[in-house]
Formats: sequence, C-alpha cells, structure tokens
Amino acid sequence: MDFNGSEQAAALERGPRSEDVLPETATAAVKVVIVGGFGVGKTTLVGSVSEIRPLTTEETMTQAGVGVDDTAGVASKTSTTVAMDFGRISINEELVLYLFGTPGQERFWFLWRGLFEGALGAVVLVDTRRLEVSFDVLGRLEERGVPFVVAVNSFPDAPRYPVAELRGALDLPEAVPIVPCDARDRASSRDVLMTLMRYLQTLATTQEAS
Amino acid sequence: MSDWEETSPERLYVITGGRSGASAPAELDLVTLIVARSGPKPGMQPEHTAIVRICQAPLSVAEISAYLRLPVSVVTVLLGDLLDQDRVFARAPVPPARLPDRALIEAVIDGLQRL
Ligand SMILES: Nc1nc2c(ncn2[C@@H]2O[C@H](COP(=O)(O)OP(=O)(O)OP(=O)(O)O)[C@@H](O)[C@H]2O)c(=O)[nH]1
Ligand SMILES: [Mg+2]
Repeated sequence: MDFNGSEQAAALERGPRSEDVLPETATAAVKVVIVGGFGVGKTTLVGSVSEIRPLTTEETMTQAGVGVDDTAGVASKTSTTVAMDFGRISINEELVLYLFGTPGQERFWFLWRGLFEGALGAVVLVDTRRLEVSFDVLGRLEERGVPFVVAVNSFPDAPRYPVAELRGALDLPEAVPIVPCDARDRASSRDVLMTLMRYLQTLATTQEAS
Repeated sequence: MSDWEETSPERLYVITGGRSGASAPAELDLVTLIVARSGPKPGMQPEHTAIVRICQAPLSVAEISAYLRLPVSVVTVLLGDLLDQDRVFARAPVPPARLPDRALIEAVIDGLQRL
C-alpha cells in the first residue's frame, strides 16, 4: 500500500470555500449525532440541512477490533477505514451546530473520542424494513444516557406501522418521540432536529422540577 | 463518498513523529473551534502550515480533518503541537456538564426555525 505523496500534498492545499468560512464571532459549537444502520439515510439527512456540502472524516481501525475479513485479495489488509459524514448549521453569530452521521455499530463510535459524550443528543434513523438493526443502537444510547429521538425514514417500499406499534416493537418509553421523516427533504429533516430540541427542553424542565 | 486517498499508516506515523492520539490534548473535541494566532511561518512542518493556513477563521477539528484528509486522531496530535507553540487557540465546545441547558436549546430552536 504505497501512499501517493503528491495526492497528500494536494490535500494540504485544500480548505473551505470562501462561502463556507465561519465568521470571526463563532465562539461555541455543539453537536448532534445522526445514527443508524447501513444505507438508512444518515448522509442524506445531514446533506439536507447542512449549510456546507457534507464533509467526510475517516479513521483507521486496526484488525484487532474488526471481524476477520477473508474476502479474496484483501487478506493482507491489516486495517479498516471507517468514514463519518458531517454537516454544519450556523445557529447564530456565535453558535454553530454540527451534525455527525455515524454507523450504528458501537465499535466504530470509539474511533472518535467523545463523539456522543459531548453531544446534545442523537437522532436514530430507522428503516422499517430492517427494524432489528436499530435494537442494538437504541440499547447502547440508553446505557450511555444519550437523549435521542427516533426518525422513521419513509422508503417507498417500507411497511408503515402505527407509532404505538413501532414503540412496542422498539421497546421505547412513552416519552421518547418517534417521528416520520423524509431525509431528502430539508423541512422534514429540520423538523426532526426540532423534535430532538423540544424533547431536550422537556428533559431539562423535568430535571429542574425534580 | 469516500474519495480520500489511502494515507498509509506509515505515512501517518511520519506526520505525527510516531505519536499516537493518546498524546493529544484531552480537551480537543470534534467540534472544538480552532483559530490561528498568526499566519504560517517558514520552516514549519507542511501539516502544521496547512492547519494554520485554514484556521485564519474559526474551524472545527472535524473540518480540519476533512479538508486536509488526515484522521482526527492525527489532527489532534498536530494541534497539540500548535497549541504548545501558541500558534493557535482553541474555543472549547459548550461543556456537556451544562447540558441540557435551556437557553442553549432555545437558541438552537430559534436558529433551526430560521433555516
Ligand atoms: N425514499 C427515500 N429514500 C431515501 C431517504 N433517505 C435516504 N434515501 C435514499 O437512500 C439511499 C441511502 O442514503 P444515504 O444517505 O447514503 O444513507 P447512509 O445512512 O448515509 O448510508 P451509509 O453511510 O452507506 O451507511 C440514497 O439513495 C438516498 O437517496 C428517504 O427519506 N426516503
Ligand atoms: Mg453515509
């Protein structure tokens, strides 16, 4: 695996386009994590609401953390590359919100230190054709105490369930919002984030009252 | 949409001088905003120069990683050097201990409403 020196040198010349430069007044940033199974629409949702074209950050995972991949020809590969897409929304002159779309497998979360720990909360994207892939994610977020809402992506051939039925199937408490969404639609994606923020507000209110 | 060139582990090892992410400052989060204190100086390592160049305006650690196509774990080591040398400063993310902070959430809601 030879690195291409000139390509890497070219990357060092890159930077934000002039319209993507944050104002000098940007002093604080918060993040929300969009988590879900393979192909569920994470990147699409991030792209729908982001003010910048979604960017990608990659981290390399060593063999120890990965199942042995014996696909012919890659036997010599000792590491796996895991990508995370993210976008940005300027909330006001000072505050910036970052959205990270991350794979559902918990072993990937450790590649980015503090990905969830410092997050306001998470959006779990769910595809009703493959509900079972979400079970693990939901359990892990509950364990970690990360507040989350569930957004159900409306793929055309996906079965539609009443919310109560979904709640039962996902074993979610009454308080956790479940909302339909079309990740391709800006307003719909924005509403999902809004639902998360309103939910965080109720949590804060409950906390203050207790 | 992975159009990153494979940067070999050997290459990354050279960039950080063999240091791992463990030697990076713990306070650096993906969304810590980094701002350069001045322009790049001659004689700096190319990766340091690149960071100082793109951080003339505030930029998150994640964005630095994406533009320069270097893993966050490598970027944080490089930022550790630049912080030590007083070439950049870090605007810490809103600390999670304060969350959920009602005023902060309200600000986010206002911002989203304008989207
Ligand atoms: N009908 C419909 N299609 C969608 C929706 N969201 C995403 N898609 C499509 O589903 C496909 C996968 O979407 P991505 O955003 O790439 O999914 P992802 O979760 O980022 O996928 P990975 O990063 O590969 O795990 C794309 O072709 C999208 O156009 C949706 O809400 N409705
Ligand atoms: Mg994706």
